[in-house]
Amino acid sequence: MTAFVLALRQLRRDWRAGELTILVLALVIAVASVSSVNFFTSRIHQALESQANELLGGDLVLVSSNPIAEARFKDVDALGLQYVETMEFPTMVLAGEQTQLASLKAVSAAYPLRGSIRVADELFAAGEVVSGSPARGNVWVGARLVTALSINVGDDIQVGDSDLTVAGVLTSEPDQAGGMLFGVAPRLLMHLDDLAATGLVQPASRIRYRLLIAGDSKAIEKIHKAWMASLAPGERLNTIQDARPQIRTALERSESFLGLAALVSVLLAGAAVAMAARRFVSRHLDNCAVMRCLGAQQRLINQLYLYQMLVLGFVASLIGVLLGYLAQNGLVVVLGPLAGVELPAPTAKPVVIGLLTGMITLLGFALPPILQLANVPTLRVLRREMGQVRLNTMFAYAAGLGAFFLLVMMQAQNLKLAIAMLGGILLLLLLLGALAGLLLKLLKRSINQGATAWRFGLVNISRRAGSSVVQMMGFSIGLMALLLLTVVRTDLLEEWQGRLPDDAPNRFLINIQPDQLNEVEAFFANENIEVPLIYPMVRARLVGVNGHALDEEGLETERGKRLAMREFNLSWAAEMQADNQLVAGRWWNQNEHGQPLLSVEEGIAEELGFKLGDTLSYRVAGQQFSAKVTSLRSVEWDSFRANFFVLAPPGLLDIYPVNYMSAFYLPSDQHTLLNRLVQQFPNITVFDVATILDQVRTIIERVTLAVEYVFLFTLLAGLMVMFAAIHASLDERIHEAAILRTLGARRSQLLGSMMLEYASLGLMSGLVASLTAGAVGMIVAERVFQLDYLPGPALWLGGMMLGAIGIGIAGTLGTRFVVNRPPLQTLRGS
Amino acid sequence: MDKAVLRVSDLYKRVVSPEGELTLLSGINLDIAAGETVAVVGSSGAGKSTLLGLLAGLDVPTTGQVMVDNEDLFALDEDGRARLRSEKVGFVFQAFQLLPNLTALENVMLPMELAGKRDASAVASSVLERVGLGARLSHYPKQLSGGEQQRVAIARAFAPQPKLLFADEPTGNLDRNTGTKIIDLLFDLNAEHGTTLVLVTHDQNLAKRCQRQLELEAGQLRDEQ
Repeated sequence: MTAFVLALRQLRRDWRAGELTILVLALVIAVASVSSVNFFTSRIHQALESQANELLGGDLVLVSSNPIAEARFKDVDALGLQYVETMEFPTMVLAGEQTQLASLKAVSAAYPLRGSIRVADELFAAGEVVSGSPARGNVWVGARLVTALSINVGDDIQVGDSDLTVAGVLTSEPDQAGGMLFGVAPRLLMHLDDLAATGLVQPASRIRYRLLIAGDSKAIEKIHKAWMASLAPGERLNTIQDARPQIRTALERSESFLGLAALVSVLLAGAAVAMAARRFVSRHLDNCAVMRCLGAQQRLINQLYLYQMLVLGFVASLIGVLLGYLAQNGLVVVLGPLAGVELPAPTAKPVVIGLLTGMITLLGFALPPILQLANVPTLRVLRREMGQVRLNTMFAYAAGLGAFFLLVMMQAQNLKLAIAMLGGILLLLLLLGALAGLLLKLLKRSINQGATAWRFGLVNISRRAGSSVVQMMGFSIGLMALLLLTVVRTDLLEEWQGRLPDDAPNRFLINIQPDQLNEVEAFFANENIEVPLIYPMVRARLVGVNGHALDEEGLETERGKRLAMREFNLSWAAEMQADNQLVAGRWWNQNEHGQPLLSVEEGIAEELGFKLGDTLSYRVAGQQFSAKVTSLRSVEWDSFRANFFVLAPPGLLDIYPVNYMSAFYLPSDQHTLLNRLVQQFPNITVFDVATILDQVRTIIERVTLAVEYVFLFTLLAGLMVMFAAIHASLDERIHEAAILRTLGARRSQLLGSMMLEYASLGLMSGLVASLTAGAVGMIVAERVFQLDYLPGPALWLGGMMLGAIGIGIAGTLGTRFVVNRPPLQTLRGS
Repeated sequence: MDKAVLRVSDLYKRVVSPEGELTLLSGINLDIAAGETVAVVGSSGAGKSTLLGLLAGLDVPTTGQVMVDNEDLFALDEDGRARLRSEKVGFVFQAFQLLPNLTALENVMLPMELAGKRDASAVASSVLERVGLGARLSHYPKQLSGGEQQRVAIARAFAPQPKLLFADEPTGNLDRNTGTKIIDLLFDLNAEHGTTLVLVTHDQNLAKRCQRQLELEAGQLRDEQ
């Protein structure tokens, strides 16, 4: 008979005896959690990759804030590539009394080169694939525009100076500005040749020009290289790798959140596995000694356990992968709509990652102690006291850490992150261990008083100091996960959401002309709405820093590069806005008005490498000016008030072409005000920030929901750790209780002392857990939400009560049968 | 070919304790022939279990030699001794040492499984039948009485047909009546299989059933009775 067959038999026997339940459950949870996330992200990635060029509308797209240069067209023609042009900008659209901001896109006849447009005859129909742009004089509009303007297919709408006919409802198009959930304004698609007649294109208009090209991949590659080297300011190339950057960023960010959440459950599962393995070892010492006595060689015993673990790990991981596959449907329901496309079936890679996760967790956390079983002295069969195995704990810890490192690398694929997490976990474990040890010491001093049950329970804890610390660490980790997921999370979210006041601005006005300032202010006064602050805005391009030409490529981040390339909105102010905070330098005084000074928002200063005292050069309307950075400010961007990256003192910029913007709060029952506003000032564009805000909120809610969904696994894993911790001392307890019973201990005494022991362990673990959860919460609050969070007494009291009551009850229930069993049965069985 | 299946020469076992060096066994010499039944008797602490542990190769001596079926036990390494046990040695313990997770049948199968024998299940059931537990094959140790557990242990010891059987206080955990039955069984099976039996006991009744009795006192063998 081969060792493998024998191992299978033993596995079956151990399983039957319930020796492997915790190991298997913990593994299944870990693998299910990781697989659900990976199945989901695999589907998203595939969707984004396989449909990337459809989403882009071409194979390569040149985006520019200026009309596409003639030379670019020549390049395209020279290589025999196809191309289409598009122009995109927001504009107000009118239909009778109704007005609505639309995102206008004018396209040439061959649009799109890749992917397809679907147009329906009526609202909410699926639509059919059409080829080419709308015919001249016609437009296709998004469903939201149809409802907002209360129009039907066939009606005319006013776009600038032109009247155009709505020929269909647009249900899908390539190159959507961010998918159904991200689009700011509803789409209006028209023929490029109709655009001039609308009169909307003026020299200063903010238009996004695109040149979509498609064709032979080598030619595309060639043109990509050539253009990368010759990008003008305001020009950018989109390849299929960076189609839909907003979604990509949002999804990648949620992926890494989800991945980390899954990883936390793997770690907790690892802790449960390690504790279960300890118990497995102590329960198998006798078995091993007997087997050796019956002639099993060390090699055979090692083989037996190795095969057992391999098979166990494989089967448990496979179950985990299956559960993960089922669970990923939940993520698809929650996050799928963000992708805006049909998700293809997942690849096999998540299966492999799931299996690897399971195997690494089991082999890393359980195998090292289990393999040391083979070292049990055979003499244990005659003299039990001689049979203690000296476990090489360093080896076990090293293997555990190694496994953990591998798991982080596999999930996050980021060495820095892996090292940081490893360090964090080590620190946390040390902290937990130290706190637990300290509490035990304090406990020891206070034992000598109280009733018998009380004393006996407490003596038990301190007598088993070593295993009590391990048990407390297990309880603390589990409780900490619970507290973080409930109390701390709720606190943080409430605090974060509470920062947005109810009357935060929900409408932005842009394009207000200097001669309209008084009229606009009068308009608000007439409407009995508090006259909002109106800010001047000058469009300028950064051209140099400290006398040197700007080196965009030298900037570290993509965001920095993009910020440097695009046009800045400069503004001026005599006083700093109340919600800004000076972080360096000083604000200008009255005497300095008109001088070349600048105040820069600290975030963009960091991104672009500006320091206090730097001289920045801007080009405005063909002229250039330079000014010195004399202060850095912090800005609360999520307040949704109007704010500017760069401010100057009054008197410096007013010689340049300027227009104005404003932000105000419009109560929802005063919607009609907008119609009157647009009718009186047709050139002003109104942005509905409330809609954007709602969209942002929806996304955050969905991502939060998804992370919470994955945290369910974490919660389960936390419970497994506590379960494993209760089990860790079960055998000892059974034996002790039996002896105490034979010595005449009453049932109530035993139960009382046990409940007390668990409750005290729980109380101390709860304290440790709330301390660490509070600390983790503070770090997360500062790093992620930029909040000052001080854990309240609810966390401490909640943690300690949850620990004392929860673990007191769970521990007593878990070991209750100890006191119900006739003692002889126990003693004979052992 | 030597007739002795077990030959012990100048066996010493010393351990270091907090009070200094302690001699557990001192200069043991003995030969046991194939098929013999031998009882090792002596008071508690005389070194009986230590001797048994050494004879079975469960522990190593300070000096001395033990030959089992002409193989020098301590010239072998730990695994070599395990192999030797699996081929030639059976055990019955005072505390039975049945694996709690295994049924009676599986416990008896275990040594044969470890030795890679194919018909373990059939052999094990027939031996359990022989010891009167044919109806208890799928019972777990904790579902069996002490006497029954020891019968399973005896079945486990005989099933692989060892040349040499060691028994450590086989009746120590049993009442007199049950103990007697177990002894009968042990000797009956021994007779049937022609096994060499070495047992350690306090029990004079049990010792008397053996052909030879060796008395250990303070780690030394007294003259044979």
